Amino acid sequence: MSDAAKKDTPEQAEFRAYCQDWLADNHPGRPTVKIPQGALELSDPDALKWLKQWQKSAYDAGLIGCDYPKEVGGGGKTNCQAIANAEMQKAKTPYLPNIIGMGMAAPTVFFHAQDEVKAELLPSLLSGEHIWCQGFSEPGAGSDLANQQTFAERDGDNWVINGHKVWTSLAHFADWMILLCRTDKSDKYNGLSYFVVPIKSALGKGVTVRPLIKLTGETGFNEVLFEDFIVEDRYRLDEVGKGWAVAMTTLAHERGAGPLVTPSSGGMSLEEGESVSTSNAMSLVDLAKKQKRSGKTAADDAVIRDEIMKLMIRREAMSQNGRRAGVPSLVDHPMRIALQGKLVATELNQDMAELAYQIEGMASTLYVNDESAPAGGQWPLAYMNSFGVTIAAGANEVQRNILGERVLGLPKSK
Amino acid sequence: MSTQPKNFGFGEDETMLRDSARKFFTDNCSADKLHGLVATDPDIHRSIDSVWDKDLWQQIVDLGWTAVCVPESAGGIGMPAVAAVALAEEAGRAAFPSPMLSTFNATFVLNNCQSEAASQALGEIASGKATTLAITDQAGSWDSLNTDVGVNSDGSLSGTAYFVQDAGKVEQLVVSAKSSAGIGLYLVDVQAAGVEMIADGIIDLTRDQAHVVFSNASATEMAAPGTGNEIIDKAMPAILSIVSADMVGAGEWLLQTTIEYAKTRVQFDRPLGFFQAVKHPLVNVMLDIDRSKSLAYNAACAYDTDPDNAMGFAHMAKSQAGEMAVFSSSRAVQFHGGIGFTWECYVHLFFKRQMHNQVLYGDAKYHRALLADKVMGAAA
Repeated sequence: MSDAAKKDTPEQAEFRAYCQDWLADNHPGRPTVKIPQGALELSDPDALKWLKQWQKSAYDAGLIGCDYPKEVGGGGKTNCQAIANAEMQKAKTPYLPNIIGMGMAAPTVFFHAQDEVKAELLPSLLSGEHIWCQGFSEPGAGSDLANQQTFAERDGDNWVINGHKVWTSLAHFADWMILLCRTDKSDKYNGLSYFVVPIKSALGKGVTVRPLIKLTGETGFNEVLFEDFIVEDRYRLDEVGKGWAVAMTTLAHERGAGPLVTPSSGGMSLEEGESVSTSNAMSLVDLAKKQKRSGKTAADDAVIRDEIMKLMIRREAMSQNGRRAGVPSLVDHPMRIALQGKLVATELNQDMAELAYQIEGMASTLYVNDESAPAGGQWPLAYMNSFGVTIAAGANEVQRNILGERVLGLPKSK
Repeated sequence: MSTQPKNFGFGEDETMLRDSARKFFTDNCSADKLHGLVATDPDIHRSIDSVWDKDLWQQIVDLGWTAVCVPESAGGIGMPAVAAVALAEEAGRAAFPSPMLSTFNATFVLNNCQSEAASQALGEIASGKATTLAITDQAGSWDSLNTDVGVNSDGSLSGTAYFVQDAGKVEQLVVSAKSSAGIGLYLVDVQAAGVEMIADGIIDLTRDQAHVVFSNASATEMAAPGTGNEIIDKAMPAILSIVSADMVGAGEWLLQTTIEYAKTRVQFDRPLGFFQAVKHPLVNVMLDIDRSKSLAYNAACAYDTDPDNAMGFAHMAKSQAGEMAVFSSSRAVQFHGGIGFTWECYVHLFFKRQMHNQVLYGDAKYHRALLADKVMGAAA
């Protein structure tokens, strides 16, 4: 028995055993269609369909949304989502497609929506039946998120929305969007309001979704245009003018620093026999042992060895930071480790992918459309895609401002 | 599968001990007081001596800290290695000059000897006898098979141990010495006939170091010839965790002191910390400290509960802490600007302690090379 299991409450222990039993019988097996590296890269409807089936079966079994109350479609348990996540990771399951829904929309709806809206939206969100996207970024509001120009104007019991959102991952599949917009032009922060809006049902009726092409050549994210898009007032979260505070709930969960644990699964390798994953530095060791360099393998090169060890140490430190964050007496400031999460994980991911493609040498020039590419060309692709996450959700430069100001108490840089 | 407890074995007792240590150092060893004690003579050719506050050390002994990791069977308290790590972190935050870390390190070596003589020596440590390790050769090798001390046929020792830490503050030495049967471990009284202590002129003002010449010095066997190197290797994860924790504490002092300066020093009409060229590197120092702290507690906890994985985790901890030690001290001097480059600014005390710490028991690259051999196999 693992030590994590030894520390379980009775409810957690029973649930862990249940998860293990269920996963032993219900792992979906190898995908029948080609699945991209992450949910944000999804562009093939058949890949989405296959992953939605997996999310639905895990939800129906009670492994997703375990810590949400039963009235909103959850499992009504306490501190059990982390256990389901760990067991799914251990069982090497596929990832879940509705990641923006579960990671950002669900906690925000849960903490800020009216009760009947929670009951209406959360069950189909958690089951993955309805895919969600996030309407925060705009052409003029990236790192300076509060500079929102999309405008919602009140019209009786409705709002009329006009504006332009960009970098909207999954919008091409999304049924719903979390939307931050301006309701008062005279006050930057107190002039914002937050809505949940049904975009798929309004396509061609005030909502237009257009794909943006990433530097990799993949699609996956979009721009979304609103022209007199009408939304019912009951889909407003919290009060008019409180949008910035509601957005903080979203961002805290996006950075892994919110009170609710996001359902997640993963661990399944996408290429048969190839380990292309930045979740464990051993994938770099395996790669280095296969690649030739100066008449030996890359794993015999002292400099390559040192670089791999640096990343392995950072990877272990990230895990141990997570462990220490749960021991209050070993953390001097309550947000110090939590607010590092996004920054540390995305830079490590980028650096691991960079070292991996460099280990491949000249073969790293071969892309996913070349049959000779090592590991299917996935390492250089992972490197290029890694910039999506170092930029998204507040560029890492903004994360460093947040840490410097909120945790270290340095003066604000504006 | 790891068998470690989630909380690193850091429970209520360890928290209370750490909190009392933090208060003790805050009350008794401010940077101001420390500078007045150890930095009175900036002369680069000053005479070599070891300056420290023996009364404070006696108070530490009276508080029972030397007994913390001595087993109950030997008259100690028998707390886990994470307790010593927490004390080391607080000592590092104060750059405290004392034989505390050396005594902990000797304790962990003796804990692994499992001899009656070692048990007796541990009892003396518990009641306050300061002790250090003399296990390094002239090349400064941390390989436990290397020593320039030999065992004579009558059991006495001859040769020289180098880079002996806090040698001027201790009463006894745990010496690794070679005979035809291999490496053994021996306890030697620093006052014994045939022991000559030659102090090194070192950069770190908060420590002292010596090479110790043994000429037929009488010694008590702690571990039989052929077993000493394995005993040192077994203790090494605890030792590396302790040194890493000292660096974490010193790093945190450097970070917080530099933050205070960056909040108050005004240039171009703004406090320094307004500028991202200062703010972002300070955040990077924090990230480095947090990695180092988590890895140090993990390695100590592995020593206590997961010994098969302890050495790998200790390589990680010391390597990461070594990098952090360099970075935290370089940014502290740089961001203090002109004043940071002077003797009067207290930063140099911690800067020099970090320079010393980062090579002590092996630098970052050394530990990464050993880690690579462990997880990747030896290079062809």
